[in-house]
Amino acid sequence: MHSLTIAQLMRGLRQKQFSSLELTQHYLNRINTLDRHYNSYISVCEQQALEQAQAADRQLAGGTGPSLCGIPIAHKDLFCTEGVRTSCGSKMLDNFVPPYSATIVEHCQAAGAVMLGKTNMDEFAMGSSNENSYYGAVNNPWQRDCVPGGSSGGSAAAMAAQLAAGTTASDTGGSIRQPASFCGVTGLKPTYGRVSRWGMVAYASSLDQAGAITKTAEDAALMLNVLAGFDSKDSTSIDKDTPDYTQTLDDSIADLRIGVPAEYFGDGLDAEVASLVEAAIKQFEALGATIKAVSLPHTQLAVPAYYVIAPAECSANLSRFDGVRYGHRCKDPENLQDLYQRSRAEGFGEEVKRRIMVGAYALSAGYYDAYYRKAQQVRRLIKQDYDAVFAEVDLIAGPTAPTPAFGIGAKTQDPVSMYLEDIYTLPTNLAGLPGISIPCGLTQTGKPVGLQLTAHYFAEARLLNAAHRFQQETDFHQLTAPEIA
Amino acid sequence: MDAEDIHKLAQLARINIDNEMIDEVAASITTILALVDQLQAADTEGVAPMSHPMDAVQRLRADTITEPNQREALQANAPATAEGLFLVPKVID
Repeated sequence: MHSLTIAQLMRGLRQKQFSSLELTQHYLNRINTLDRHYNSYISVCEQQALEQAQAADRQLAGGTGPSLCGIPIAHKDLFCTEGVRTSCGSKMLDNFVPPYSATIVEHCQAAGAVMLGKTNMDEFAMGSSNENSYYGAVNNPWQRDCVPGGSSGGSAAAMAAQLAAGTTASDTGGSIRQPASFCGVTGLKPTYGRVSRWGMVAYASSLDQAGAITKTAEDAALMLNVLAGFDSKDSTSIDKDTPDYTQTLDDSIADLRIGVPAEYFGDGLDAEVASLVEAAIKQFEALGATIKAVSLPHTQLAVPAYYVIAPAECSANLSRFDGVRYGHRCKDPENLQDLYQRSRAEGFGEEVKRRIMVGAYALSAGYYDAYYRKAQQVRRLIKQDYDAVFAEVDLIAGPTAPTPAFGIGAKTQDPVSMYLEDIYTLPTNLAGLPGISIPCGLTQTGKPVGLQLTAHYFAEARLLNAAHRFQQETDFHQLTAPEIA
Repeated sequence: MDAEDIHKLAQLARINIDNEMIDEVAASITTILALVDQLQAADTEGVAPMSHPMDAVQRLRADTITEPNQREALQANAPATAEGLFLVPKVID
């Protein structure tokens, strides 16, 4: 059952081939026996999941089950779940049990999904390797001594190890797409404002976007149907109708125009990644798409712009963790200052502290114009690059990440080398565009590689259509890690 | 970034940094600032700063109560409370 897609499981449940209780118990058994190898879950909600599965079976028996009725999924541990610890991968929130659920968690519940548990992640979603988790690193199911990518490394590894039928995730600079690439699964980051951020622990609010990591583009469409929609509780949610993303999956892509930016194939790109991505682009051409060389000239400035804007926003967002209202508090504070400073020093990990301090510096008196304002201007230049290209093409294709999964510990001593992992994904967040990573093959040493497709604002349906048609013609998304197969 | 800069920054960020960690923190922040300094080469003359991808502005809503009082549920996560108040160390002598 664990090798089936959400779409196949939905059919199986409705045709009574198995019950949600059987399916959920099967996944819980897999998590209990296998996840000690991967550490993809922070919390497993066994009792609650079994109750939800029984409720789903009752709905299915009555013929009234909503779309994801009885499908076992897992949420990244930054989405608040009422009554279930939401740690955000941090010691700071190790004891935090939210009194409410995130909008997308409510949407999944209303759609009948069963919550297996909460997935591991880089602390406060800051990282590209999942090594910054208070709950320990996650091992890539393809090669356990490699990272799964980050920050949604737990969600991606859980999909690769087939420990959930689908997962939610979030993407601030590549945190859905890069781990999807490293783990050989499909990762969709919607347009900024398409999916509610309410109840999602904030990192960099103008960049954060929730999405899904799944086996296939079709499953991503099924998940997006449930996740997307206007939410008055999120001040940056966009009030715009959401289509049924499954309706256009099979549309022809013969008229599709795909732009390939020269800047995505320059120095720093692994040669094997380049050749697999180029072959995938040729496959699109064989399907009838027109390939066109394009240019995104400000790509190189995305990493420096991101590492001003994201830390600046994080330094403001994370000021709420003060040891007073919730979260970690130090022992025996001498005074209020000591309470703040020691609670934060003890509760946050090194990368989070580093980004808060960089952000505080960029926003401090005398530096604001040189850093923050300048970065926001560069952000507009990056968006204008995309506007110009999307006047000529429908999608942009290129590698998701410059390398396949790297070894655990390989980049932890050099934050800048880690930051450069996100060079191809960050520009999409800065512009607010939707993107998807789909598997496009394995390297000689058996590591998955992802192809990234980017579309114009709110063109998720086109993105999913192209990804689905690719997956109809190829079997890269069906490849399974050797120890899972 | 020298030790004094890091002390000032740590104070701004309200994060205590042990003295033996200062040099290491200074080195990593200096490396990151060198990376972001690449921005200075960009010609941004006349470019409006961008804070939202669609240049959207905050919506206004009617000034009505939408959330019920959940003080007890919210304070269940607090490290120390008494009579509905959050407790902190003595602030005024």
